[in-house]
Amino acid sequence: MGGGLPALAHGGAKSRRAKHLTEPRWVRVLAIAAAIAFLSLVLVLPLAVVWWEALRKGLGPFFSAIGDSDALAAARLTLWTALVCVPVNTVCGVAAAWALTRYRFRGRQLLLTLIDLPFSVSPVISGMIFVLLFGAQGWFGAWLSEHDVKIVFAFPGIALATLFVTFPFVARELIPLMQALGSQEEEAAVTLGASGWQVFWRVTLPNVKWGLLNGVILCNARAMGDFGAVSVVSGHIRGKTNTLPLHVEVLYGEYQFSAAFAVAALLVLLAVATLFARHFVAWRMARDRAAVARADAEPSESVDSSAPRVPA
Amino acid sequence: MSSSRSHAGVLPGFGLSLGITLTWLSLIVLLPLAALVLLAAEQPFERTLAILTDARTLAAYRLSLGGALVAALVNTVAGLLVAWVLVRYEFPGRKLVDGLIDLPFALPTAVAGIALSAVYAKNGWVGQWLEPLGVRAVYNTTGVVLAMILVSLPFAVRTVQPLIEELEPELEEAAACLGATRLQTLRRVVLPVLLPGVLTAFALCLAKSAGEYGSIIFVSSNLPGRTEIAPLLIMNRLEEFNYSAAAVVAIGMLLIAFVALLAINLLQAWTRRSQEA
Repeated sequence: MGGGLPALAHGGAKSRRAKHLTEPRWVRVLAIAAAIAFLSLVLVLPLAVVWWEALRKGLGPFFSAIGDSDALAAARLTLWTALVCVPVNTVCGVAAAWALTRYRFRGRQLLLTLIDLPFSVSPVISGMIFVLLFGAQGWFGAWLSEHDVKIVFAFPGIALATLFVTFPFVARELIPLMQALGSQEEEAAVTLGASGWQVFWRVTLPNVKWGLLNGVILCNARAMGDFGAVSVVSGHIRGKTNTLPLHVEVLYGEYQFSAAFAVAALLVLLAVATLFARHFVAWRMARDRAAVARADAEPSESVDSSAPRVPA
Repeated sequence: MSSSRSHAGVLPGFGLSLGITLTWLSLIVLLPLAALVLLAAEQPFERTLAILTDARTLAAYRLSLGGALVAALVNTVAGLLVAWVLVRYEFPGRKLVDGLIDLPFALPTAVAGIALSAVYAKNGWVGQWLEPLGVRAVYNTTGVVLAMILVSLPFAVRTVQPLIEELEPELEEAAACLGATRLQTLRRVVLPVLLPGVLTAFALCLAKSAGEYGSIIFVSSNLPGRTEIAPLLIMNRLEEFNYSAAAVVAIGMLLIAFVALLAINLLQAWTRRSQEA
């Protein structure tokens, strides 16, 4: 999407508002009730039902569904996909953020828009473009089959589609952050004789590490959880090209509901863990910012306490 | 793109970072998308027109866009309400509810889909109460809209929430001092300030919902021409190895997405201006 992912809200508890600046009590109670009812219907109940259905037949079937060899193969494939895509897109996201926030050049605005592009493309289209390139009747299809290289309906295709959909996450988190930080500290380091890599490891990275981590967390969640794009390129071969979300679909399609919900319950856990990780990062970010503000207020104190060391 | 004239500043690494970015962007994003555009452009005009005006294609577009419009409307209103409640009111569990909003971002869409079908199917937790009323919430267009609401909800809430947090209390104070009732203040003072954000939320939900696939296929009956969304039509054409038809339908969707993207960017520029003013 154009706006990318909205940032986490950090709104602290508001002090009680004066009576003329808020709504009557009955309106407030009604609004809270309506909001909670709406969220329950579209969010809470669907999440609860996953775990309910997963555990309804007891722990035995739950664990046997998760320990099933096809499920384990799907989990391995999901992990491998994330292991390939997250580091690659992290390096590229950092490079993109560096290029786009530290220099002014012609076409910069266009580049910013292009980086966001995968957000506004439907997941199915994100997968199909790789079928058009590498599928049996695609651009490179004939050449690939001649040389016996499999991309579509194999791991490379899954990795490519995932790379496409997770492309913007790290850059999107870093760009606003690095823009706001400015480049004075880095320029000072260069003036004092630091090399480019020294500047990056010792100045830039400590400053943006929480934002970077936030981007990596989001990138990882999407890499592990993507369904639409991967389902086009995977071919749904059980035990071979099924990721965990696809495995849920296969089980569900075979009417193995409790097994499908057991695997889905794992993915809910992953989503909840992602949210906790994001909140931890947001909390650390706020703490670091407060520490920097304190250090700024007391110039006599060393700034080192707020800038953790990162080995070069 | 990298004219040395515009390369300002003393920091090294311009060539390296821009090189990595451009190479990666071209390989992963631009080249594959170009393949799609070229394939669609290769088709004779009559064929493109025939594919686009085919009854099944039109029905799919109508469902994806129409459903997205309804979902975006629901989420714009509900998102505004939820954001307002979370920022302005105190109640037990507020932090937990606030954290919950982001869940659809992190939840695989297939999980959202099977969860909705379990809750709203006729023997489900909610579905069993709807059944006697003659309401069917899944395996029809209602199911499609329901899934769209779930996956685009965070966009609605998180777009307006920061705007409500940044509302200056002086505005409402002044309105109250000048004798406005609370309702007048909300309608004439608060809502106009939030309006660009609310419209952005609407456009974001619309764009997200129109392209949604994973959650919908589990709560729709997926009947061609009736409950088949546009992404599923693309999927079906690909499975028939009818790549060109899939590409033409996809290009139509991309155009819709770009119009939404353009609208979002204009609205965000408007939001920034109205915040600075």
